[in-house]
Amino acid sequence: MAGIATDNPGAVVLLVGNEAVARGAIEAGIGVAAAYPGSPTSEILPTIAGVAGERDIHVEWSANEKVATEVAAAASLAGIRSLAVMKQNGLNIAADFIVNLNMTGSGEGGMVIFVADDPGGMTSSNEQDSRMVAKWIDNPLLEAENAQEAKEMLKWAYELSEKLKLPVFLRGVTRLCYTRGNVTLGELPPRSRKKAYFPAIWDMYNPTKSKFTAGPSPVAHRDLHEKLEVARGVFEESPFNHYSGPDNPELLIIASGVCTSYSAEALKVLNIEERVGLLKLGTVWPLPEKLVAKWLSSTGKVLFVEETDPFIEQSVMELAADRLPEMGGIVFYGKRSGHLAPCNEQSTDLVMAALTDILGLPPQFRDSDYQKSAEEAMKLVPNRPINMCAGCPHRATFWAVKNAIALDGRKGFVCGDIGCYSMSFAAPGFYQARTMHAMGSGTGLANGFGNMQRFGFDQPVLAVSGDSTFYHAVLPALVSGVYNKANFTLLILDNSATAMTGFQPHPGTGLLATGEMAPVVDMEGLCRAVGAEVRVCDPFVLGEATRTIVEMMQNESGPRVIIMRHMCQLLKAKRKISDKYRVQVDRERCLGDSCGCDRLCTRIFGCPGLMWDSGAKKAAIDEALCVGCGLCSDICPAGAIKKEEVN
Amino acid sequence: MAAGILSKEPFNLIVAGVGGQGNVLLSAFIGLALVREGFMVSVADTFGVSQRGGSVTSHIKISQKTSYSSVTLRGKADVILGMEPVETLRALGEFGNPQVVAIVNPRPVHPSGGISYPDLDEVKQAIGRLSARATFVNATEEALKMGDPIYTNIILLGALMGAEVLPMEVRAMLPVLQERFPQGIFDVNLKAFNRGIELIKGA
Repeated sequence: MAGIATDNPGAVVLLVGNEAVARGAIEAGIGVAAAYPGSPTSEILPTIAGVAGERDIHVEWSANEKVATEVAAAASLAGIRSLAVMKQNGLNIAADFIVNLNMTGSGEGGMVIFVADDPGGMTSSNEQDSRMVAKWIDNPLLEAENAQEAKEMLKWAYELSEKLKLPVFLRGVTRLCYTRGNVTLGELPPRSRKKAYFPAIWDMYNPTKSKFTAGPSPVAHRDLHEKLEVARGVFEESPFNHYSGPDNPELLIIASGVCTSYSAEALKVLNIEERVGLLKLGTVWPLPEKLVAKWLSSTGKVLFVEETDPFIEQSVMELAADRLPEMGGIVFYGKRSGHLAPCNEQSTDLVMAALTDILGLPPQFRDSDYQKSAEEAMKLVPNRPINMCAGCPHRATFWAVKNAIALDGRKGFVCGDIGCYSMSFAAPGFYQARTMHAMGSGTGLANGFGNMQRFGFDQPVLAVSGDSTFYHAVLPALVSGVYNKANFTLLILDNSATAMTGFQPHPGTGLLATGEMAPVVDMEGLCRAVGAEVRVCDPFVLGEATRTIVEMMQNESGPRVIIMRHMCQLLKAKRKISDKYRVQVDRERCLGDSCGCDRLCTRIFGCPGLMWDSGAKKAAIDEALCVGCGLCSDICPAGAIKKEEVN
Repeated sequence: MAAGILSKEPFNLIVAGVGGQGNVLLSAFIGLALVREGFMVSVADTFGVSQRGGSVTSHIKISQKTSYSSVTLRGKADVILGMEPVETLRALGEFGNPQVVAIVNPRPVHPSGGISYPDLDEVKQAIGRLSARATFVNATEEALKMGDPIYTNIILLGALMGAEVLPMEVRAMLPVLQERFPQGIFDVNLKAFNRGIELIKGA
């Protein structure tokens, strides 16, 4: 957003959570920010990149989250404040480094890792709770309630990191990252900062001094636990923990993050703020035990409201078990009791339902006549399944793949991967992907499938990867495949962007995060150099693409690579590159239901630019959506879809 | 509603549409203008995993004094701006109540995968039944007349502002449009915005 670096302290602006995180990092005076795109965090780095020159910040899209975290750690070690950003999946990639970084500690420059989870899986394949990761790798973790707090916490996290010499996690969720709210701007620091310097001291007998190699583990691990105790002490007094409600509440809610707002709103709507207390924890791990114990002893009933796992719930129950003799029994409600679910998002409505049940309040219903007609009307509402965009090159690729596998006839299948093309497990990609797990896992699985001939395995194996995914995690799997002579065909769907997360550049695009020119890491040359046979196709030239896939499937050897190259349709629109056809349905030629194709174009091919005119019982083009790629004219068996070249 | 004063606390506006229709941009504009008018605002977008083509609902909670959680409570919408008829009905089904006001673009976006679209007249009637007042604004049709369906959302923004259901005057939106649209495309977007106002006044 324009004005993210506005030097106007006290001004109130509307920022989306991700922009507030970026602003917090700028207010904290970071010198380095690194990330790999992953929704819901994808907009943080571009926001910082927008002011990188102005604020003198090195901003980079790293090839993956582990490299990003290492880049940020190096800055910290050299005394520069740094930020690494990732989604929950990315944290797993980076965790191997972080678990060891904790043993040595970070440097004089504070280091914050912003990680966002995705309760409800709105932009993810899982609902991992990163707070669990913070616990197992011994990292302090803060959790923000809204955009304003995310900004303030981030600044506070740098001070904490510098005090502890540990990276500090700030955890968000999709609802935080993608909700806009009022944010009051703070002061911007002066641009000048001290010279970066890495004091490369190593003293295994004096672990309190700086040392940056993971040394004797039990000693470093003990020291790390001591740091966490220091963090706990700081957390006991933290301004981000807050209680509101009566001194001796009938019920105490303990909540964190966005769930705090849900809880506060539920109490207000149910008008029970005088009966029920709300303890909001901003410092979630390690648990500020004295603070929590104080409020536990004020009540006999506790409800936990958090996303996604019962993390605080378990920590508090552990504490309560420890203090049972002095505190006595408390009834706990939450995920264990079934009042809230350990999956999906929470909401004010869900918290209200839990409170209504626990306190025996009268249930709230919508006007019954209205409810009845609403339910009746809902019968009209059809599902709106996910789809790829009109003119998406992935649709062309998977059409070619589907036909190639059929032509080959040996029950070939596709190992899917992470990106827009993940949808190929469903109707938009004609159900071609039969596996879909983590970044790079399609090619990894193809390695395994491709080396089982001794067990009589004779199906052709295909893997797909996006261009950005290729650099992120597919490359090691391809190298491994060449080395072990795994028999598979890898299709790299090169659409010139990290499209799913918002068109971020990557090492193959020739652009940096800041928009400046960069060297192009040549995908084709790279694949050839590791020893794979490589072809390049345009998926919109359907016949040739299909033939190439068949040929490569049948060329049984080590990995073969086909680069399916065609720019993302949305990127084309952004760059004002228009497609070249005007597409129309010839109403005379379209035979409708009597064709025998069973509505191939709308029901199977399924481009959003095509629609079924239920009045005329024929196919039609939706001119508001059609981009003019012309592919549908190649698939209509009656030749009824006409494309006409326009300039 | 009079400018600067809320008839209800919080006041809930929902923008319902299909991914790609531009409701995220639209709701950000509305939020921005409201913040400048001194309101506390929360704008949240709810969407499926798809880039395009799935339902997208934006929730705008407006308050005079406090920041609320992001998503509208069931049955608590005050105004629904429907960018697509079926999506309007879907939003009414979850967030509607007998007092809700609906402003709706009647142009269907067909679901993919051969799922058939319900009879449009039936959908419009149901929208009418589930709202205190429903106004249909042919935004896509007007945008196509202007040469590009991309103007649909700005026409609808004009219609929403012209309907005077939000606690701000029409002109509160103008600086936002001016800032957000580069010089070259500001004029045509202002035209679209004004067209929306005309359409709702004439409806």
